[in-house]
Amino acid sequence: MKRLGPFVFERELVAPPGRVLAVSLAAVFLAFFSAGLVFWAYGVSPLLAYRTIFQETLLSPGGFAEAVRRAIPLLLAGVGLVLAFRSQFWNIGAEGQLLLGAVAASGVALFVPLPAVAKLPAMFAAGFLAGGLWAALPALLKLRLGVNDVLTTLMLNYVAVYLVGWLIHGPWRGRSAFGFAYSDRFPPEATLPLIPGTYVHWPTLLLALAAALLAWWGLERTVWGYRLRVVGDNPEAARYAHLPVSRVVASAALISGGLAGLAGVGEVAGVHGRLLDAYQISLGYGYTAIIVAWLARGNPLGAVLTALFMGLVFASGDVMKVALQMPFRVTDVFNGLILFFLISTERLLYYRVRYAPRKKGEG
Amino acid sequence: MEDWLWTALLRALAFGTPILLAGLGEIYAERSGVVNLGVEGMMALGALAAFATAQTSGSPALGLLAALAAAALAALLFAMAAVGLRANQYVAGLALSMLGLGLAGLLGKPFEGAPLERTLPEGAFVAGALLLALALWFFLQHTYWGLVLRSAGENPEAVDAMGVNVFLVRYAAVAFGGAMAGLAGAFLSLAYRPSWADGITSGLGWIAVALAIFASWHPLKAALAALFFGALYHLSYRLQAQVTPELLKAMPYLFVVLVLSLSALGRGPSGAPEALGTPYERGERR
Repeated sequence: MKRLGPFVFERELVAPPGRVLAVSLAAVFLAFFSAGLVFWAYGVSPLLAYRTIFQETLLSPGGFAEAVRRAIPLLLAGVGLVLAFRSQFWNIGAEGQLLLGAVAASGVALFVPLPAVAKLPAMFAAGFLAGGLWAALPALLKLRLGVNDVLTTLMLNYVAVYLVGWLIHGPWRGRSAFGFAYSDRFPPEATLPLIPGTYVHWPTLLLALAAALLAWWGLERTVWGYRLRVVGDNPEAARYAHLPVSRVVASAALISGGLAGLAGVGEVAGVHGRLLDAYQISLGYGYTAIIVAWLARGNPLGAVLTALFMGLVFASGDVMKVALQMPFRVTDVFNGLILFFLISTERLLYYRVRYAPRKKGEG
Repeated sequence: MEDWLWTALLRALAFGTPILLAGLGEIYAERSGVVNLGVEGMMALGALAAFATAQTSGSPALGLLAALAAAALAALLFAMAAVGLRANQYVAGLALSMLGLGLAGLLGKPFEGAPLERTLPEGAFVAGALLLALALWFFLQHTYWGLVLRSAGENPEAVDAMGVNVFLVRYAAVAFGGAMAGLAGAFLSLAYRPSWADGITSGLGWIAVALAIFASWHPLKAALAALFFGALYHLSYRLQAQVTPELLKAMPYLFVVLVLSLSALGRGPSGAPEALGTPYERGERR
């Protein structure tokens, strides 16, 4: 029990949902407030900035569709990260896993002769596998050798970026791409249908929602999920109970990378229709997915809401780029501030604040 | 032949200098028990602060000071969350990296492509980094406060029992680590390639974090490891004519994975400070 003036802080073990919501909202508000200060320092009036954002994202249907489109990869990768983080696998490599998914899908789309019906399913399967394997390597190194997973997953992001760069400058460079570095266009049977007038590739959106539901069910209602929760909450106890710790963590890593890979498939097959520069494919979805997962507080269904929210943040970054001519780094400022305030206020979740002024003659 | 070797060594040292400077700072932070993954962000902020100050005031020395201050301030912000509020150190560090890169990219926009009249000599940074490695090793291993710092990372309760404030020790170590990352950033923007461009740090901060691990948190080994990485960078630079540049650029990152794995194989379970990554909390008192 701690005391601050007339207030008493009492430690609790579980955080009630209402307080989680209130603290999360407060953190996000603080982040937006601080971002406003940054815009002001940059020379853009915060009021103008937020009014523009509000009008162009929430009030315009086209703007909202953009936010939904951004939310698709964020949800897929975010759900995967929820599972990874729950199992204590610190996967910071969703960005690279997403790119690997994009690479695998492009390979299938461009070079594997398949009947038209089988093309897209094969691309999604290849993307899942490639992303999953890209995450399985660091998981294996962590489980077998104790190598720091934060660093290995992160380093593999850079490797993936350069791998994509090599492919589009070298072997996969399109014949129709005069002077530009990208692959040929995918054949029509390898592209995803869009909601007319938008870039929302709805099959991937449905896939992402299904993934969130399935992940929740797996986590809360199956033996696998039970083991994963035990391994994550108390690895010592899990080992003592002879749970297959390595297998559980490895499976979480594989699924987490695989879902990020699916996000990559959606981006190339739904939005771009070809493999192009890594920074054009992803824009940092893999990093933002970390915030999606953290904000969801370990609940895959919560990620649906948080992915949409971060999609809005992404769309806001776009708006500021176009309407206010600010560099693309504004999105990073938003991301960094939101994550920073979220993590800083986390302790508050477990304290009950009570008003209890000291009585005279006490303390 | 000898000439060639000499230039190669000098280039390797120059390439390795930012990694060594930031790596030494990270070693101090981690020896006190705090993992700060914000090195990349602090380095970017330092690089921008150095360049912006030097460019507007005309004094690179002032720029250097600005880099130290800006990065140390960013580190203190992180420490407030990770030490003071006991937030998850990994996530707080990631947030700092995102924020640092974002802020530097945003606020540095007007300085992109701007010229710098007076720069700092590269050799001074190289020699300074090596001397710092020696001095920091001595301080850490052979002084009272070095012992306190190491104890804060191994057994914070003991430090507390000695009557020394664990939180202050950790705040100081993290702030020092930040200043070192800022120094590395200043090297990049004032001496190595005197200019400002978004993405100037290009992942060097993350390699510095890895450096702390495979130098076994030892300042002198860090100097050797940085030289090794510098040599790698230089090699990939020299091979540019023969091999595709994209694949070469991926090399240092692949090597980090490889070296981390190999050193894990050699070392066995762990060589890390005992309390690394765990926020310190005092027993509840009335």
